[in-house]
Amino acid sequence: MQYDNKKSQATVILEPILKTIRSFGIPRIIIILFLVSLWFSAAFLSIPFPALLYDTLIRLGMNTVLTLSMLPSILVGTSLFFGLPLGIICGLLGGVMSIELNLKGLTAFFAAIGFSIPLAILVGYGYGLLLNRVKGSEMTVGTYVGFAFVSLMSFGWVTLPFKNPEMAWAIGKGIRVTVSLEGRFSNVLNKLWAFEIYGIKIPTGALVFMGVLCLIVWLFLRTRVGLAMQECGMNPKFAKASGIDVDRMRILGTIISTILGAIGILTYAQGFGFLQLYEAPMYMGFIAAAAILIGGATLKTAKISHVIVGTFLFQGILVVALPVANTVATLGSLAEISRIIVSNGIILYALAQKGGNE
Amino acid sequence: MEGNGQIVLEMKNISKEYYGNKVLKGINLSVHKGEIHGIVGENGAGKSTLMNILFGMSVIHSTGGFEGSIEFLGKPVTISSPFDAMALGIGMVHQEFMLIPGYSVTENIKLNRETTKENVISRILGPGLQTLDWKSMGQDAKKALARLEMHIDEWAKVAGLPVGHMQFVEIARELDKEHIKLLVFDEPTAVLTETEADTLLSALRRLSENGISILFITHRLHEIMEVCQRITVLRDGVQVASKLKSETTIEELAQLMVGHSIEYMGKRKVNLTERKTILKIRDLKVLMPGETVQKVDLDIKEGEIFGIGGLAGQGKIGIANGVMGLYDSYGSVEFEGKEISINNPREVLKRGLALLSEDRRGVGLLLDMSVEMNIIAPAVEIQRKFLKKFGFFSLLDRSQIRSFALDMIQKLDIRCLSPDQPVKRLSGGNQQKVCIAKALALEPKLLFVSEPTRGIDIGAKKRVLDTLVELNQKNGMTIVLTSSELAELRSICDRIAIISEGRVMGILDPDAEDAQFGLLMAGEYAVR
Repeated sequence: MQYDNKKSQATVILEPILKTIRSFGIPRIIIILFLVSLWFSAAFLSIPFPALLYDTLIRLGMNTVLTLSMLPSILVGTSLFFGLPLGIICGLLGGVMSIELNLKGLTAFFAAIGFSIPLAILVGYGYGLLLNRVKGSEMTVGTYVGFAFVSLMSFGWVTLPFKNPEMAWAIGKGIRVTVSLEGRFSNVLNKLWAFEIYGIKIPTGALVFMGVLCLIVWLFLRTRVGLAMQECGMNPKFAKASGIDVDRMRILGTIISTILGAIGILTYAQGFGFLQLYEAPMYMGFIAAAAILIGGATLKTAKISHVIVGTFLFQGILVVALPVANTVATLGSLAEISRIIVSNGIILYALAQKGGNE
Repeated sequence: MEGNGQIVLEMKNISKEYYGNKVLKGINLSVHKGEIHGIVGENGAGKSTLMNILFGMSVIHSTGGFEGSIEFLGKPVTISSPFDAMALGIGMVHQEFMLIPGYSVTENIKLNRETTKENVISRILGPGLQTLDWKSMGQDAKKALARLEMHIDEWAKVAGLPVGHMQFVEIARELDKEHIKLLVFDEPTAVLTETEADTLLSALRRLSENGISILFITHRLHEIMEVCQRITVLRDGVQVASKLKSETTIEELAQLMVGHSIEYMGKRKVNLTERKTILKIRDLKVLMPGETVQKVDLDIKEGEIFGIGGLAGQGKIGIANGVMGLYDSYGSVEFEGKEISINNPREVLKRGLALLSEDRRGVGLLLDMSVEMNIIAPAVEIQRKFLKKFGFFSLLDRSQIRSFALDMIQKLDIRCLSPDQPVKRLSGGNQQKVCIAKALALEPKLLFVSEPTRGIDIGAKKRVLDTLVELNQKNGMTIVLTSSELAELRSICDRIAIISEGRVMGILDPDAEDAQFGLLMAGEYAVR
């Protein structure tokens, strides 16, 4: 018994410390340590740190909105938004239209968003109807719907009657695989209000844009409809008994996710400098899913903080891992391979954790 | 039986603490062969901890073990895992059913103890591939069920069985273990109706006649008095008393358990004939699985407490759920003289009706959400309360929500750390109070209350019923109380309708004779 008593005293002392660590999440601590160790090795390999941080901020601005598109879907109870390619394609169509109309700069960017939103509402509505018929297996169905839609649109891109020579194939019909945004809306947000501090460039416009979208979603979750949406995700029976039309809410959540996906890809494209069509949207959903899971979200709960923290950590690792890996081993596509391993490994880890400790 | 016979189990001077908090203090318990020994106590009195010790559950050993000793059949034993307990011949019938719904009764009873035959492959590749001997398994299952005098088809799927039958399947599984000597029943009647409970009690008696000792844990004192030979009362981890049945009464046990005497609520007499009809139900049919309502006509008067009673599965639960639009229903419902469209929860709520669901955790609460958000959620949705306008959109008004929640917590005595605490951390009784607060936030004119005291301890039970009476008398709220416990209905209702086979068998005064209630419940005569 003596031994047992000592053990219990030890647990009494350790318990609060463990609890704090657990509430922050052991996976996050491991990943932060990994990121810090990458920074140290980058410094050791004399890779310039300000440039790394600038890249991280750029990528944070580019990717956060895509990650944010996971949030409404998780909260309304349709789990991770693997239908993200649908939203992305709507965004790409908006981007292509804005180029076709020969728009430039911020106007082109916001026009692209303006064109893509009605498309996203339509596509999101249809996708929402589908998800209501496959309750319980939204993730699997979503993944395949995403894949199928991407393949279907590969035909679409070839046949759509866009005329602008910047985009069209030389043979005259269809759009090229990558469309350069140079002179259109490449870097419009990154350069907006940008300034430099201690040698680190800050892409103010992109960060503000991402912040505003996060704020809008945050506020939305604190409205009557936002609350109703969360009730559907937590307990559909409760929602029904409170007079909420659960199926309608699920459609609404899916539409919002699709719209955010469309805006997300345009934000991504302005930082990347290209619109990538055809097969490119296929795996974007996995990256966004991995980011929000790293941030601490589960398949049933998520917060805005998870979106931002997760995107920062995930993109931060990719940004540093690339040059570090390239310097350490100058093997062809090692960086790309490590990116795939990291992103898929994280998804696997997060899915294995579902339904674990409360 | 009293005191004679071999002592099967003896637990001596058992104490246990969790992190310096003593939850059991020097408990002595002995069970003789063939004895039914009752253990009573409020929630948190230490009953579960005591049983966890008996079964060597890991929660005990991972928190520093316990003090005291256990003897089984006169020999000191160490039980360090549930397997040890099983090997000794101690079995447990769980409160939650540990059955596989998709399997048949036989498969569940014989699970992991299947009878097998050798075949060619198993001779080569080992006993894991032996053929199941379905015939002998079925016979064993039938035998075990027969010992309980239950006539359930041994090949029926468990998924489709009534709750009461599932309980018996679970007992049969324990009985099928050949050398079983001691069976522990943890709140076995909590989910059963009165007749099912009676069947269970007679099954217990039969088991004890066959020489099996029984530890019977329950809230329901009259059951204890009916079957137990000796009774141990626990309160706050202390053994308050151990008595022979012949030496005690229900009132004394209740008093020992709660620590203060319980006053029974006086019945009130209200003249209902002059009152307006507030809710008129005609030809109501509700397709609620397991609680189908066939054809119900009811007139609820303004300001009364109307009781709906009957056996489980007869449709009494379906009435409230049907009117509230939670299950497909047909028929006409008039509220305050105007027709309401059923199958539309939103409109029903808007008209001023509300439901305290019988499925507290499944329907009544958002378990992961805070106490305060649970309380205000439907009021926000239906009445747009607790919102603050900012230009063209409105946000939840945190300070208004907090002050309303604090007010409710104080008024209903909800025991929680703060309004931010997730409701899943609260006890059953406090969760029920959160549900009441949620209904109150809607300020309904008529409140349906279904099984409000199911699974909560006796002290909390009385507070819940008191609250209902107070709402009715002070706020003039009409209440329709559905309950399986007749005593509960009779203590606060003005009229009681008894439902059988989905129809109203008759409406009685609360002070009508027991026999009349009994006859109606059994569907013996119908007043149509």
